[in-house]
Amino acid sequence: MAELLIKNGVVFDPINGVKGEKMDICIRDGKIVESLHDEHGARVIDASGCVVMPGGVDAHAHIAGGKVNAGRLLRPEDGRRGLEPKRGVCKPCTGYSVPNTWATGYRYAKMGYTFVMEPAMPPLTARHTHEELVDTPIIDKAALPLIDNNWMTLQYVRDENYEMLSAYVAWMIRATRGYGIKIVNPGGTEAWGFAKNCGLDDPVPHWDVTPADIIRALAHANERYEMPHSIHVHGNMLGHPGNYETTLRTFDVVKGISASMQRQTMHTTHIQFFCYGGTSWKDFESKADEIAKYVNENEHITIDLGSIILGDTTTMTADGPMEYTLYRLTGRKWTNHDVELETGAGIVPFLYSSRNPVHSVQWTIGLELALLIKNPWKVVLSTDHPNAGPFIGYPILISMLMSKKRRDEVMKEVHPAVFDRSSLASIDRELDFHEIAIITRASAAKILGLHNHGKGHLGVGADADVAIYGISHEESDAGAVQRAFLNAKYTIKCGEIVVKDGEIVATPEGRTFYVEPECEESLMNEVMKDIERLFKEYYTVSLSNYPVQDVYTPHPYVIKAPMSG
Amino acid sequence: MGGVRVILISGRTLEQGTNLENKLSDEYMNATAVCELSERELEKLGLKGDGTERVRVRTSAGEIVVAAKKGEGYPEGVAFIPMGPWANAVVNGNTKGSGMPFFKGIEAEIEPTDDEIPSIYDLMRRYKE
Amino acid sequence: MAVYTDVLCPFCGCICDDIVVEVGEDGKITKVKGACAIGRSKIMGHDRMESPAIREDGELRDCSYDEAIKRAAEILADARRPLLYGWSSTVCETDRAGVELAVEIGAIIDNTASVCHGPSILAIQDVGLPSCTLGQIRNRADIVIYWGSNPVFAHPNHMKRYSYLSKGRFTPGGKKDRKMVVVDVRETKSAKLADLFVKVRPGGDFLVFSALRAILRGHEDVVPDEVAGVEKKDLLSLAEMIKNANFIITFFGMGVTHSGARHNNIANAIEFTRAAHLHTKATIMPMRGHYNVNGFNQVCTWLLGYPFSIDLSQGYPWYNPGETGAVDVLVHGECDAALIISSDPASHFPADAVRHLARIPVIQIDPYPNPTTEFADVVIPSAICGVEAEGSVYRMDSVPLRVRKIVDSKFMADEEIIRRILEEVRAIKEKEGE
Ligand code: SF4
Ligand SMILES: [Zn+2]
Repeated sequence: MAELLIKNGVVFDPINGVKGEKMDICIRDGKIVESLHDEHGARVIDASGCVVMPGGVDAHAHIAGGKVNAGRLLRPEDGRRGLEPKRGVCKPCTGYSVPNTWATGYRYAKMGYTFVMEPAMPPLTARHTHEELVDTPIIDKAALPLIDNNWMTLQYVRDENYEMLSAYVAWMIRATRGYGIKIVNPGGTEAWGFAKNCGLDDPVPHWDVTPADIIRALAHANERYEMPHSIHVHGNMLGHPGNYETTLRTFDVVKGISASMQRQTMHTTHIQFFCYGGTSWKDFESKADEIAKYVNENEHITIDLGSIILGDTTTMTADGPMEYTLYRLTGRKWTNHDVELETGAGIVPFLYSSRNPVHSVQWTIGLELALLIKNPWKVVLSTDHPNAGPFIGYPILISMLMSKKRRDEVMKEVHPAVFDRSSLASIDRELDFHEIAIITRASAAKILGLHNHGKGHLGVGADADVAIYGISHEESDAGAVQRAFLNAKYTIKCGEIVVKDGEIVATPEGRTFYVEPECEESLMNEVMKDIERLFKEYYTVSLSNYPVQDVYTPHPYVIKAPMSG
Repeated sequence: MGGVRVILISGRTLEQGTNLENKLSDEYMNATAVCELSERELEKLGLKGDGTERVRVRTSAGEIVVAAKKGEGYPEGVAFIPMGPWANAVVNGNTKGSGMPFFKGIEAEIEPTDDEIPSIYDLMRRYKE
Repeated sequence: MAVYTDVLCPFCGCICDDIVVEVGEDGKITKVKGACAIGRSKIMGHDRMESPAIREDGELRDCSYDEAIKRAAEILADARRPLLYGWSSTVCETDRAGVELAVEIGAIIDNTASVCHGPSILAIQDVGLPSCTLGQIRNRADIVIYWGSNPVFAHPNHMKRYSYLSKGRFTPGGKKDRKMVVVDVRETKSAKLADLFVKVRPGGDFLVFSALRAILRGHEDVVPDEVAGVEKKDLLSLAEMIKNANFIITFFGMGVTHSGARHNNIANAIEFTRAAHLHTKATIMPMRGHYNVNGFNQVCTWLLGYPFSIDLSQGYPWYNPGETGAVDVLVHGECDAALIISSDPASHFPADAVRHLARIPVIQIDPYPNPTTEFADVVIPSAICGVEAEGSVYRMDSVPLRVRKIVDSKFMADEEIIRRILEEVRAIKEKEGE
């Protein structure tokens, strides 16, 4: 493959300690290299006056699978908000909060992103998730299987049979070609099978375990292997006023567990939805300060923001009871799809209105968190796409985090409740390009363990995933920042120029990353007996038809996770 | 001999389904070129409903000759033709803006006839004209 | 002899996946166990279209695959408003290729949903769909309602594998732990098996759903003594049953989608489910017919943003069933060529639509001859998915499965046929561009 040289850019590569230095980047065969073989033969990109970063890494965006597709189907009106005809190398695009797979790949690439984690894959429908991932062009991706409400998990947790649990988890991650362990409303989603829910320390109906037991046991199971990522947790009581106490107790559940790799033991996702004070929507307030305090004082927790983009979007989560609550609240259309023995899904369209006091306060929380948590390595920028807003809103968030002025302007436009129910107005901190590079790529890569696999940095040997933004590293105008991050000047994916001057110029297929936990054979044989029984007695598909076949990952990147020593 | 007015519905049957991918066969024709009628309607038409007699079914969309058979469980005033080309010869193509033709609940007039049931080839030939 | 176990049946939306198929020394299937009569006849196979053919002077003349594919590409490249229709009895890999073809030539692409559960999809887009996978029914449902659907005929293994007759965790007694209700205009075979049969006047479903909604929401006073042939006291006792249940499911079929108010019927059925959910766990599911009718809707939705009836003539997907549906564009005489795959509109479309189809150039891809063959200008025989070719399919509850290839075949797979037509079309366009 031809060589590529990126000259004169101001580089932000936080993992390698590069904080805005003018330096050249050399690329060969899809990787970052020390130097070029043939400087004259290489293609040269002049990045003078530009900011250069590793390709963006999204740790949490619902971009593919049954739930996302049910969202698209539910909302043809959203489809019409994003129509773009086929043009050049691009297929047609549809959708705003629920874009088609082609649009998803193109729009991420245009923002300079090259890796996205689909964070909620129901194991039974994993094939569907993978089919869509394959049809999502350009970006690399992975998916986290939901393993927390599974009957086998509940049974082993109840029986305190942690050995078998770890084997079951390994089997599940392999069978689904997943990346790690996703937890969504543990116990509550199972209870939703009979239209119930449950809190962190309540027994799950019919099961004699608590959500806290489930989280703790799965954290242990995860750390039995050298998993690149920790458990990825959407806890109990998402979206309920007063839930911040549950959130703090959820953090504590895994305190003291030691990680098998150098990383957190729990990633808590779209934490904005878990920072609520008050006892009802009437006295609702932000408790971002309490959550930030805990995160600042503890090393075992990382978070992504789930920050709100004001406007209409589509909410979707495996947290079935939460979506039902939202449907009852809004009276809008509601889709629910419970998945036998495993998990659920709910979808409700939602408008975050700047005129609504609750929504306005919610809007401040994501920003508060990003600004109050001191160490940016614990934070990943996200909107829990599309729950708090579509991913194409990231540049808006970036511009606000970088500009107090911009925040103040918007605060004047939203409901005045933000001044006494949130601390945002009192926060002066502005993130710089280096910190933005951390929360949009470097921290995400580290938290997901992808930095060891070529993502999130520009060190020699890394994947040549590079974003070049047409903006000076000294620029502070929020509008200019927003425009620059929405349409990269160049995006390079594995050494190939895929975006030039904000337009897609090539659409290579991305890879699918997945993890293979390596469980002892004897233990695996043991657990297979239980799994066989489970399929015979309760599932509606045969065991042999369940695991995801090779054809669904045509461009695999496999990470082995041996038992931890 | 006078006719009867009925509400016509079309739908699946086991025999229709079994021969769904075998539509040029006699089995398929036997399974779908029939009109099932309730005892009351058969009485009015003076038919036995053993499958040897024929009726002409007429709707606003057209007409078709099919075998007459006694159907079980139908209320008075309802007739049934299994989904397929014979039924569709009398289904209206106006979807009223919904994309879906009216396959059920069609007003129809049914009368006995000695005419032959058109074969599938006859039916298709008609469309080509 | 070879024995294959856990084979998936490529016929109806149940996609039973525990079938045993025996194959003899000569590579022919000799025995099928565990499938229903319809499924067995599909897997055993029968008279095929033997050769690709092109119609000349009114008669089909056998030709090679290359020739037929080339002719098909010429027809499509020439057309100004081509229709690509069918797509439900093939695998998702074919459907993905079909979408690419539609994008390339600016076609209207539609599947058989537009004449079966199209109205259900429109209703879902109005109000949503509280549903679940079939295993939830197996393990939890204590009330199973079949409304305007006749599973004994259309989905013969449905009750046994997934609902009334199956046994699960919270329903270990099988049918002892459940009640089955059938609502229909006639006493079908399924109705005879039910614990309760509710006979509705044809076209009266909408009213009955409304009455049940009213009762479940505490407004029984507005319900008259009789609703579309059903007595109020029977509705009250059905509502009482529902209130006391742990988990109810309503499976609805074409008795509801095809009659009277159609998509409004389904929206009302879903509203009834939402009302029931105030008292218990309530779910609802369309009984999808062809084994992969849902798969096409899934593929189209993730690639084009909409599930069916999509017009790509402007370069972007335009979705407006009633205007862009296959029946509509045929009845209005809009389209000037059609590619029909694994489907038979000559049998399943109303006369007006068939008349136009008979007038325009038609390409047919199918394992079997059928009435559409009678006026097809190019016929291309294909391998049978699930028996001679593998691929992804989506069950009626959207569980994705992979059907298998059991025996070899001399016929080309659907996906390859479509991809080759696409290549030829691109070649023609490139030439024209020069
Ligand atoms: S019920 Fe459907 S899927 Fe199952 S064997 Fe019969 S036709 Fe095949
Ligand atoms: Zn999420």
